[in-house]
Amino acid sequence: MKDVNFLVVGVGGQGTVLAGDIMAEVGMLAGFDSKKSDILGLAIRGGSVISHIRWGEKVHAPMSMNGTVDYLLAFEPLEALRQIENLNSESTVVFNEYKIPPVTVSSGLAEYPDRSVIDSSLEKTAKKVYAFNATEKALEIGAVKTVNVILIGALSSLLDVEVPVWEEAIKKFVPEKYLELNLKAFHTGRDLMKTMK
Amino acid sequence: MKTILSGNEAFARGAYEAGIQVVTGYPGTPSSEIIATIGKEYSDDIYCEWSTNEKVAMDAAAGAAYSGRRTMVTTKQVGMNVLSDSLLYAVYTGAEAGLVVVTADDPGLFSSQNEQDNRWYSRLAKIPTLEPQDSQEAKDFVVKGIEISEKFDTPVLIRSVMRVSHSKSIVETGARPEVPKEVGKFPRDISKYNCTAMYAKKMHAKVEQRILDIQEWANTSDLNKIEWNKTDIGIITSGVVYTYVKEVFPEASVLRLGMINPIPDKLIREFASKVDKLIVIEELDPVLEEQIKSLGIEVHGKDIFAPCYELLPDRMRDFAAKAGILEEKKTAESEVQELTSKLPTRSPVFCPGCPHRSSFYVMNQLKVPVAGDIGCYNLGSMPPFNAQHTMGAMGASVGVLHGMSLAKIPENRVCTIGDSTFFHSGMPPLVNMVHNGSRGVVVIMDNSTTAMTGHQDHPGMEWQVTKERPARRIEIEPLVRAMGVEKVKTVNAFNVKEVKRGFEECLEYDGPSVLITKGECIFVSRKPKPAFTVNPDKCIACHTCFRVGCPAVVLSDLKYEKNGRFKSSIDPTLCNGCSVCSQVCPVGAIEPPEAGKESLAE
Repeated sequence: MKDVNFLVVGVGGQGTVLAGDIMAEVGMLAGFDSKKSDILGLAIRGGSVISHIRWGEKVHAPMSMNGTVDYLLAFEPLEALRQIENLNSESTVVFNEYKIPPVTVSSGLAEYPDRSVIDSSLEKTAKKVYAFNATEKALEIGAVKTVNVILIGALSSLLDVEVPVWEEAIKKFVPEKYLELNLKAFHTGRDLMKTMK
Repeated sequence: MKTILSGNEAFARGAYEAGIQVVTGYPGTPSSEIIATIGKEYSDDIYCEWSTNEKVAMDAAAGAAYSGRRTMVTTKQVGMNVLSDSLLYAVYTGAEAGLVVVTADDPGLFSSQNEQDNRWYSRLAKIPTLEPQDSQEAKDFVVKGIEISEKFDTPVLIRSVMRVSHSKSIVETGARPEVPKEVGKFPRDISKYNCTAMYAKKMHAKVEQRILDIQEWANTSDLNKIEWNKTDIGIITSGVVYTYVKEVFPEASVLRLGMINPIPDKLIREFASKVDKLIVIEELDPVLEEQIKSLGIEVHGKDIFAPCYELLPDRMRDFAAKAGILEEKKTAESEVQELTSKLPTRSPVFCPGCPHRSSFYVMNQLKVPVAGDIGCYNLGSMPPFNAQHTMGAMGASVGVLHGMSLAKIPENRVCTIGDSTFFHSGMPPLVNMVHNGSRGVVVIMDNSTTAMTGHQDHPGMEWQVTKERPARRIEIEPLVRAMGVEKVKTVNAFNVKEVKRGFEECLEYDGPSVLITKGECIFVSRKPKPAFTVNPDKCIACHTCFRVGCPAVVLSDLKYEKNGRFKSSIDPTLCNGCSVCSQVCPVGAIEPPEAGKESLAE
């Protein structure tokens, strides 16, 4: 098969690293060579967080080259737009609409881009863009921390890997007492995409 | 068994499979998860600890290896500077059992104050050095490192980088060998373990012969591999950079060095003789290139690939294209480039609920010169605080403060140092201040953890490595009093007025003083309180609350008519209810949550 390059981006504290861990695990369970590279920086919330995940027959570098991302999973609109140079006309974007303005915006040093600019730029560059408010859905389910698994659920509906494989990977990374909640989050994300296709 | 591990998890697994019994280190990104993983996964078989600093960790490791235990030390690249003092004697002595040191370098400076290339330590210490390309090798090379260490009676260095330590890939795991539960009496072999000059002279000669022996061995070791392909270009490389080379130069012949010190001279000569153009591709310094040149071999390297930052595939390709080795690739449209260059940056900031926020808010108001140190609190250097003016190395702030005092600058002065950093290397310079009659305020920002590197323990805490292992806690206030500091004040970091009074009182004192700002890191307490709210009827859009630099405090859509600015609001999914913003609000517009309300931030 052709290599698949994923990029998971968001804001520190949103659970992007765990999302990437689940995706790398799924790659291995599905029989691919699978690699992942995180830019973790400091163990602090609030900075941009980036994880590359690559599935393939034989993966060398753990990060993909510019413009070769097949799927961009963004936890925040500005962070989605920031990755536009990594996309191409075949890329798919799934992003969470919930805005987290950086401190540079609230302190008046910069302006948060208009949603219309984000949408039109991404749509012009990528093949398909899906957006929904995953944070709102997570709060409905009962925990803002499930944003990551809702987004994973959404992404999973675009990929040719069986649901039980995803569930097995989620089980590995989520504490047992939150497993049921996270499986619910996963299916919430999957179901949401059905309404958007 | 096949599993997927990060490089650091794989180093930990390697310790298990190498029969290592003692692991020491001090936290530092990107190395910290090695000991964290051992504490979590392998603590039945391996003793591990966070030592107070890297030198202490290295000495403890030497002592354990002298005693017959296989041992590992972990450090980040700059920690090696602290550790090296003790590594250099261990290289002379060798040990009774295998000893490996893992250094995780940080090309690209993701979380470091410099970009030093620790492969130079391999040459300085004359220590055999392995460099893994992925998690499988991270694990395997620890096992191999212990073998080499015992075969040649020398410590072995394993050099990782962020992209190995923090990347994940598939690993085939193995079993742990039988290792003795007990060791015998400590060896009384002075000529081997006492580096007094008369013995050290002989040891040095032994070290020189040993590195030659290892070089001979390396020429035929399977750690170094040639992959023949087209011979117009031959590339010598190592570590994770090899994986980038495979992306960028899929058709080139490659000599990949798993052991980067000593270099296999004969193998390199053989490879060089069979390719038209020889190129060394290495991140950071020309460590391999200079040695290959010294063999009299013509080779390209830093004339093509810059010595700064990571050499990721895209950048490697660009350099090669510029040198005419590869074709130019078309770059992104200028329209897109312009768009992304204008986007607001998102740098790390103090977390909502961080105890450091109040101190930097106050220091910004006091306009004092502040020597900073290594830790989250360095974010106080950034807007909106701009309240920390130097930062260089662990523990440096206290010495720099003393220097300001020696220089007799016309204003009183402050330094900031975290609790873990204070134990690491802040104590000797504080004693120095006391003894030599210095003046200045040492602010010990005690958040009850080593926060920035992932919340490890330190001597001021009551557990070690994991919460299940109780430990003796050392209180900072009596400690600094015992060190002779007469003016010591402890304040609640979440009370802005109390923090301000503490600063004012200590700044007035004519001598060395210590202000301890005490408040748990939000990751320690893990108890977010319900969110505060902004009452839009009271808010006058003065934006004072933005001066506490909290990501939970954001602009609302509501305009305050008198000044035409947007009023503030608080994101309930981010706020941890610490109340600092409400304490600085001049009109009491930021209100506590209603009784019975729950936090949305967890």
